[in-house]
Amino acid sequence: MAPREKAVRVEAGALGAKSEELLRYLREMLLIRRFEERAGQLYGRGLIGGYCHLYIGQEAVVVGMQSALRDGDSVITSYRDHGHVLACGIDPKEVMAELCGRRGGASHGKGGSMHMFSPERNFYGGHGIVGAQVPIGTGLAFAHRYREDGRIAVTYLGDGAINQGQVAESFNMAALWKLPVVYVIENNRYGMGTSVDRASARTDLYHRGMAHGIPGEQIDGMDVLAVRDSGLLAAKHARSGEGPIILEMVTYRYRGHSMSDPAKYRTREEVDRMRSEHDPIDQVRRRLLESGAREAELDALDKEIRGLIAEAAGFAQDSPEPDPEELFTDVFVEA
Amino acid sequence: MPEITLVEAVTLALARAMAEDKEVVLLGEDIGVDGGVFRATDGLLARFGAERVFDTPLAEAMIAGLSVGLAAQGFRPVAEIQFTGFIYPIIDQILNHASRLRTRTRGRLTCPLVVRSPYGGGIRAIEHHSESPEALFAHIPGLRVVIPSSPRRAYGLLLAAIRDPDPVMFLEPTRLYRSAREEVEDTGEPLPLDRAFVLREGGDITFVGWGAMLKETLLAADRLEADGIGAEVIDAATLKPFDTETLFASVQKTGRCVIVHEAALTGGFGGEIAARLAEGALTSLLAPVARVAGWDTVIPGLRVERHYMPGENRILEAARKTLAFA
Ligand SMILES: Cc1ncc(C[n+]2csc(CCOP(=O)(O)OP(=O)(O)O)c2C)c(N)n1
Ligand SMILES: [Mg+2]
Repeated sequence: MAPREKAVRVEAGALGAKSEELLRYLREMLLIRRFEERAGQLYGRGLIGGYCHLYIGQEAVVVGMQSALRDGDSVITSYRDHGHVLACGIDPKEVMAELCGRRGGASHGKGGSMHMFSPERNFYGGHGIVGAQVPIGTGLAFAHRYREDGRIAVTYLGDGAINQGQVAESFNMAALWKLPVVYVIENNRYGMGTSVDRASARTDLYHRGMAHGIPGEQIDGMDVLAVRDSGLLAAKHARSGEGPIILEMVTYRYRGHSMSDPAKYRTREEVDRMRSEHDPIDQVRRRLLESGAREAELDALDKEIRGLIAEAAGFAQDSPEPDPEELFTDVFVEA
Repeated sequence: MPEITLVEAVTLALARAMAEDKEVVLLGEDIGVDGGVFRATDGLLARFGAERVFDTPLAEAMIAGLSVGLAAQGFRPVAEIQFTGFIYPIIDQILNHASRLRTRTRGRLTCPLVVRSPYGGGIRAIEHHSESPEALFAHIPGLRVVIPSSPRRAYGLLLAAIRDPDPVMFLEPTRLYRSAREEVEDTGEPLPLDRAFVLREGGDITFVGWGAMLKETLLAADRLEADGIGAEVIDAATLKPFDTETLFASVQKTGRCVIVHEAALTGGFGGEIAARLAEGALTSLLAPVARVAGWDTVIPGLRVERHYMPGENRILEAARKTLAFA
C-alpha cells in the first residue's frame, strides 16, 4: 500500500470544546506567555545569562499537544523548552530559578535555560544540540514499545532541526520498528536567521517521513483546538501500534531566536501581522467571549497569572547562588 | 590606523583571502544573511555574493563532508561551525576523510579546508557554547590546530590557514572576540603555522598557554614581576604542530614551567606538553611541571563558571609552588 501523505484530516476545532476546556487552554497559554515576557525582562536586567530562547507565539502547540496526552507519556524537546516544561506541570518558580542559575532551580541552577529536565513528570529534557533529541525521543518510544506499557513519546523538533542527518535516521528506525512516537515539527519558519525556504528544498515538512511510510499532517499551530484534535488522532495512531506519525505545526515565534538576534532576516511588518492576525491567545479569548464569557473574568485570569509569575520571579531572584562545591557533584555516581 | 577587535581581524583576513583567490568560499549556518552569530562574516555576502558566502541547512556533518568534496576539487572552503559545542558531528568527516585525503591519495589530492569555530568559555554562555575540545583535534594526525589570542595573530594565522594545503581547525576564543583590540595592518602577510609566540620575556619561570587563558596568565606574570620574579609567557598558538623548540629554549633558561589551559585537565593538551618536557628537557627542569586547567567536570552554568575557569589566582598559586620547589 502506498504511504498516505495525510493520515488524519482535521477541521480546526472539529471535535469542539467546552468553555471550561477553552478556559484551561487560555490559562496554560497565558502562563507560558507571561512567564516568557518576564524571562525576557530578567534577561535584560542581566539576571539570566547564557542563552535564552523564548517561546512567545508558539504557545498553542505545546498546550494543545499536552492536552492530547495521557499520564505517563514521554515528552522531549529542544532548547526552546520553557513552554514545554511549564506545560508538563513543573512549578514556574523552579523554572525561573533555573533560568537565573539559582539553587532553587529545577536542576539547582546547573542546567540553565536549555537543559531543563523533569523525569518525575516524564519530561526528558530540553536539548541544546539541534536535532539530538530526535533519536533520543525515538529511544524513549522504543522503551515504551518494549515494555508494552501503552505509552507514547512525543518528540518536538524545529524546522531547522529537520535537516539534521540523525532526524532522517530516526524516522527510518521508528518506521521499521513501528515505534509509538509522535514527531511534532514546530515550523516557526526560521531556524535562527535562516528561513525555511533557504534551508529546505520543500517548505512544507510534514512529508519528511513519507519515504519510510510515516504519515504526516500539516496543522495550523496557532489554533490550539486544531493542535489538540490532531494531537488526539496522532496519539491514538501511535498508541495503537501503527507506528510513528509526523505533525507539522505551522507556527511563529514573535521574539528573536535568542536574546541576541540581529533580526535582519524578516521584516517588522511580518511579525506585526502574525501577532495581530494569528495570535493563539487572542483566538481562544475571542472564542470564549463569543460563547458568553465576560471580559472581566478573562482579565481577572490574566491578572492572577501575572501574580504567579511575579512570585516566580521573586523566588528566583531571592534564591541563593549554587554552592561552588556543586561543580563537582553529579559527575559520577557518588560513592 | 584604528584598532580593531579579534573578530574584526577574522573578517579582515577572510575578505583578504577571498579577494586574492576566488576559490575561497565560506559556508556555515547563518553566516550569510545574518553575518554569523558573532558577525565574523558580516558584510561578506554583500561583497562577494551568494555563490561564495552561503548559508547551509542546519547539518554539521554535511557541512564538513561537503567541504571535503569542495576541497578535493581544489576549492579552499572555510566552514564555520557556530560553536565548538556543535562540532562533534563533524569529527567523522574531519578524522576519517579530511585529514587522510593526502595520505590516501599519496598527495594527489589534498584538503585545503579550514574549519573556524568560536571556542572556549568565559562569556557565561554555559555548555555547548563554552567548550574547549582542542585536544580531541590535536590527536588527529594530518590536522592542524590553531588558536589565535590577539587580532594580529588571528589575521596572520587565519590567512596562513586558508592558504595552507592541509586541513586546519581554527578555534577562535569567544572571550577575546571583542575584548582584544589592536592595530592590524591589512598587508596580506601570514604568520607561520608552526611557531609559538613569546609574549613576554623573563628568566625565572615559563608559562605556556593559548587562547583566552593568556590574558589571565599575563596578569599573573605582572603580579610576579611586582615581586621581582621574571615570567616568560609563551602563546602556543599552533598546538599541532607544536613548537617544542621555543618551549625548550625558554625552559632551559627558567627551569620551571606552568602550563595553563581551560579545557578539563585529564587528557588535555597540557599532558602532551608535560610529556615533551619530560622527554626532551628533563635535565633543564628545576621543579615538576605544573598544569592549571579546567576541572574534570562539564563546564558549568553561569553563576559557577568563575569557579571553573582557571584565573589569575590559580595560575599564581601554581607558579609560587613551582618557584618554591627547591
Ligand atoms: C547541532 C547544532 N548546531 C547549531 C546550533 C545552533 N543553533 C541553535 S538553535 C538553531 C536554529 C534551530 O532552528 P529550529 O530547529 O527551527 O528551532 P527554533 O529555534 O526555531 O525553535 C541553531 C542553528 C545548535 N544548537 N546545535
Ligand atoms: Mg524554527
